Amino acid sequence: MTSHHRRHRRPGFGGEPLRFRFDGQDYEGLRGDTLASALLANGVRTVATSAALGRPRGIYASWTEEPNAIVQIEHPFPEPMLQATTVELYDGLVATGLTGRGRLSDRPDPARHDAVHAHCDVLVVGAGPAGLAAARAAAGSGARVILADDRPIAGGSLPDTAETVDGVPGAAWASAVAADLAGRPDVRVLSRTSVFGYYDDNYLVAVERRGEWGGQGRARERVWRIRAGRVVLATGAHERPIAFADNDRPGVMLAGAARAYANRYGVLPGRRAVVFTAGDSAYAAARDLASAGVEIAAIVDVRQAPGARWDGAEILSGHVVTGVGGDGAVSSVSVSDGREIQADLLLVSGGWNPVVHLFGQAGGELRYDEGIGSFVPRSARQALEVAGAARGVFSLSGCLEDGAAAGARAAEAAGFRAPPRHPAPRASDDGASDNGASDNGASDNGAPDADEPVAFWLVPSGDYRSHFVDLQRDVTVADVVRATGAGLRSVEHVKRYTTAGTAHDQGKLSGVLTSAIVAHAIGADIAQLGTTTFRAPYMPVSFATLAGRDRGALHDPVRVTSLHDWHVAHGALFENVGQWKRPWYYPRPGEDMEAAVLRECRAVRQSVGAMDASTLGKIDVQGPDAAEFLDRLYTNMMSTLKVGAIRYGVMCRADGMVFDDGTVIRLADDRFLVTTTTGNAAAVLDWMEEWLQTEWPSLRVYCTSVTEHWATVALAGPGSRDVLAGLAPGPAVDAASFPFMTWRDAEVAGIAARVCRISFSGELAYEINVNAWDGLALWEALHATGAVTPYGTETMHVLRAEKGYPIVGQDTDGTVTPADLGMDWVVSKKKAGFIGKRSFARSDTARPDRRHLVGLLPADPDFLLPEGAHLVESSTLPEPPVPTLGHVTSSYRSAALGRTFALALVSGGRERVGERLYVPLGGEPVPVTVTHHVLYDPEGARRDG
Amino acid sequence: MLLIPCPWCGPRDEAEFRYGGQAHVAYPEDPAALSDEEWARYLFFRDNPKGRFAERWNHTAGCRRWFNVVRDTATNEWVSA
Repeated sequence: MTSHHRRHRRPGFGGEPLRFRFDGQDYEGLRGDTLASALLANGVRTVATSAALGRPRGIYASWTEEPNAIVQIEHPFPEPMLQATTVELYDGLVATGLTGRGRLSDRPDPARHDAVHAHCDVLVVGAGPAGLAAARAAAGSGARVILADDRPIAGGSLPDTAETVDGVPGAAWASAVAADLAGRPDVRVLSRTSVFGYYDDNYLVAVERRGEWGGQGRARERVWRIRAGRVVLATGAHERPIAFADNDRPGVMLAGAARAYANRYGVLPGRRAVVFTAGDSAYAAARDLASAGVEIAAIVDVRQAPGARWDGAEILSGHVVTGVGGDGAVSSVSVSDGREIQADLLLVSGGWNPVVHLFGQAGGELRYDEGIGSFVPRSARQALEVAGAARGVFSLSGCLEDGAAAGARAAEAAGFRAPPRHPAPRASDDGASDNGASDNGASDNGAPDADEPVAFWLVPSGDYRSHFVDLQRDVTVADVVRATGAGLRSVEHVKRYTTAGTAHDQGKLSGVLTSAIVAHAIGADIAQLGTTTFRAPYMPVSFATLAGRDRGALHDPVRVTSLHDWHVAHGALFENVGQWKRPWYYPRPGEDMEAAVLRECRAVRQSVGAMDASTLGKIDVQGPDAAEFLDRLYTNMMSTLKVGAIRYGVMCRADGMVFDDGTVIRLADDRFLVTTTTGNAAAVLDWMEEWLQTEWPSLRVYCTSVTEHWATVALAGPGSRDVLAGLAPGPAVDAASFPFMTWRDAEVAGIAARVCRISFSGELAYEINVNAWDGLALWEALHATGAVTPYGTETMHVLRAEKGYPIVGQDTDGTVTPADLGMDWVVSKKKAGFIGKRSFARSDTARPDRRHLVGLLPADPDFLLPEGAHLVESSTLPEPPVPTLGHVTSSYRSAALGRTFALALVSGGRERVGERLYVPLGGEPVPVTVTHHVLYDPEGARRDG
Repeated sequence: MLLIPCPWCGPRDEAEFRYGGQAHVAYPEDPAALSDEEWARYLFFRDNPKGRFAERWNHTAGCRRWFNVVRDTATNEWVSA
């Protein structure tokens, strides 16, 4: 089907017909169409409904600057909030026009997304005439060049116009140059690739669209993260809208966009048009549209003496458009001379705004250029060049020249010698004197005359309620005036107050217009007022694309111990501790978590259990000054530790707050093995390195992580000695021969092992360390005795809490001192200095109302307090704010105590032992009694079995 | 993404580093001799200038060395490494 709006099939696209459905209607388009051009080709004018006001909206622009035509893709995979002007048409596409928000898919995205990291000497952004010329000049120097362009075919605006280069159509010239560049070994040409972020040190991020949905084995989109030696921004210009009554109606369109639909897509966006312009470029658009078959009814030119001439239509100079008629879409245009002209299309051109978004993101500063009535780059902060329309050079010949010069400069700045310049391509507008924005040169392609002010933004009116500034956000001139009337003078404030520029077109068309209206409203100079800040992303990017492959199992590395497969085979559920998977508990058939944990707890307290403790951080600390180093690091003395002995230690930050705890094993005079909490292992190693490198470089100490070298099994319970003796006939294991807090090298089940007498449960216990690859053999030998119950982290937590042993990071939060934990004994009074010592003499760390670690017993022994719950003084809550006395840090059901219990940090807690406090949980506050934090075996009688 | 000049490895992506705050804040020679206020100044007070700032970085995902560098906090320009 060739619709009556389709003039011809574009060359180079094969003209393959594509079926699609929009708002429930079946249509046909052609390969190479966007959804917008295909809709226009089918005579569809109203595409969406505005979000706030519910007004009908059509297609206003032809690329990423589109504010109106926002659609939802329904098939083949739901995607919300896309611009119809950037959706490439494909067969079977189903879409609907949107009102406001779109709808996210409720099913997983089957597409893959990927990322590429790239380096280059020169990155050229934009493959319009300036960008192509720049890339060609840079590539000629031997520099590694990446040319990234967001459209499917090269040429920038060239395919939108009828201009020629070197005697061939601009689009054909551009394709040839791009093909030549792509064939060179050190040049990469990326089409359909939008550079959306310009970050520090010339780090740019782009998204490459790689084709239709479900492409076989290919990522649908790729993120490019590019570090460039030098950047050339050839990002072009956006045409500027004009604010007048009902300027949002379907049928109102930027003149350049209409020209693009006619030339690039062979589509007529209307039958009879009025052109409303403040500059010359709209005349070229009118000429092209007329030759394509659109009747140009009149050109309304705000200038008294337009520089451009054209005989094809009546020119109403010195006039403005005051409104449009029609029920919905445009059917007539009202002019300030009183006429109402029948037309279904109103083409608007208020001038051109250089696309300075990436330049702004890069920290560049702008200046206002009177000659073009817009902002252009003034000074760059990063290693970049700006070329062509992006800096206000609007003629084709000027862009070709400017781009070539910028490309050569960039290559030279990157350390390459640019070859002698190509003879400049001959553009169809050669002779136009446009050589930069400030030259005020006139040209066929938009640069205005010098003799009249060019900036025209607003048609004066007594009622600004339908003069739209930001079409997507439904912000009108009246809204902006209300903001300035409320006293706002900064464009940043007006943006946030009115939301102008905050939609997902990010104000590409409305930004400068908003500044102009604000300037007009408060009588300020737009040059002083400036623009809002440009921030990434330049265009919408999906989270799925940014996430790439870093999702699901690949989101974060998973660490497992050498016993992991056994745990899985025996039904363990797992807990994430940092990146580690730790067995949480091992439910037997029919057991829930509570039953399993109570059973595991009883096994340890009454017979013997085994836990995989391999994830504990282990750091080998050695060197002649190792003992001195550990004395400075830990709050207690480590240098007095004897070889063969073990000591528990606490590390604090300089502010005196607990940072980590663990055991220190002395292996030799100059060698220690330090254990850390599972989640803190890397942080402790970093902490050691920081002090060694930055404060104590004279200490001869070397720290090495050996966490994964060892498999560690905690064997705990009154039966543990018998189990160990059965498997390790070598050493005597009686209490006198193998006392608490010592270690032995021994053979356990025939495996070389280091056995430590350490307990984290209060029971007689051993930690058996073997080479990681022997871990499973050891573990299986222990379980082959038939006496051992495997237990997980939940049981370990309950058992240690019964004994009042804190877990750093659960019972502490960076505001807790050793004294707060009731561990005064771990802070040396003798040592001259250690990290944190001075802080224990601060008045704040001596406050009597500091939060102390205490135990809590709920009055109802079956009530389990939620961790994180707050404690208050009385059972009746006063008016808010209610002062909190502290919070519950750990809460469990205890098999040994036959009841629930909790640990808590409570203000002045040690002085409150025996007091009744309350936990407000929504209903009646829950009464609890404060106790000492050691609730089980306070005498420590069970430690030696 | 800053490109940070590691003195040992050369320029590397910011993601490989950990920030260490203001440089040249030495651990006091004798903390016990300081008043509470002086100690608190060491612990908690750091400069936050707009402009040149001597700061510490640690190349955690590389050579794991600490080093000092002067950065302009307004422009992220590396003034000296």
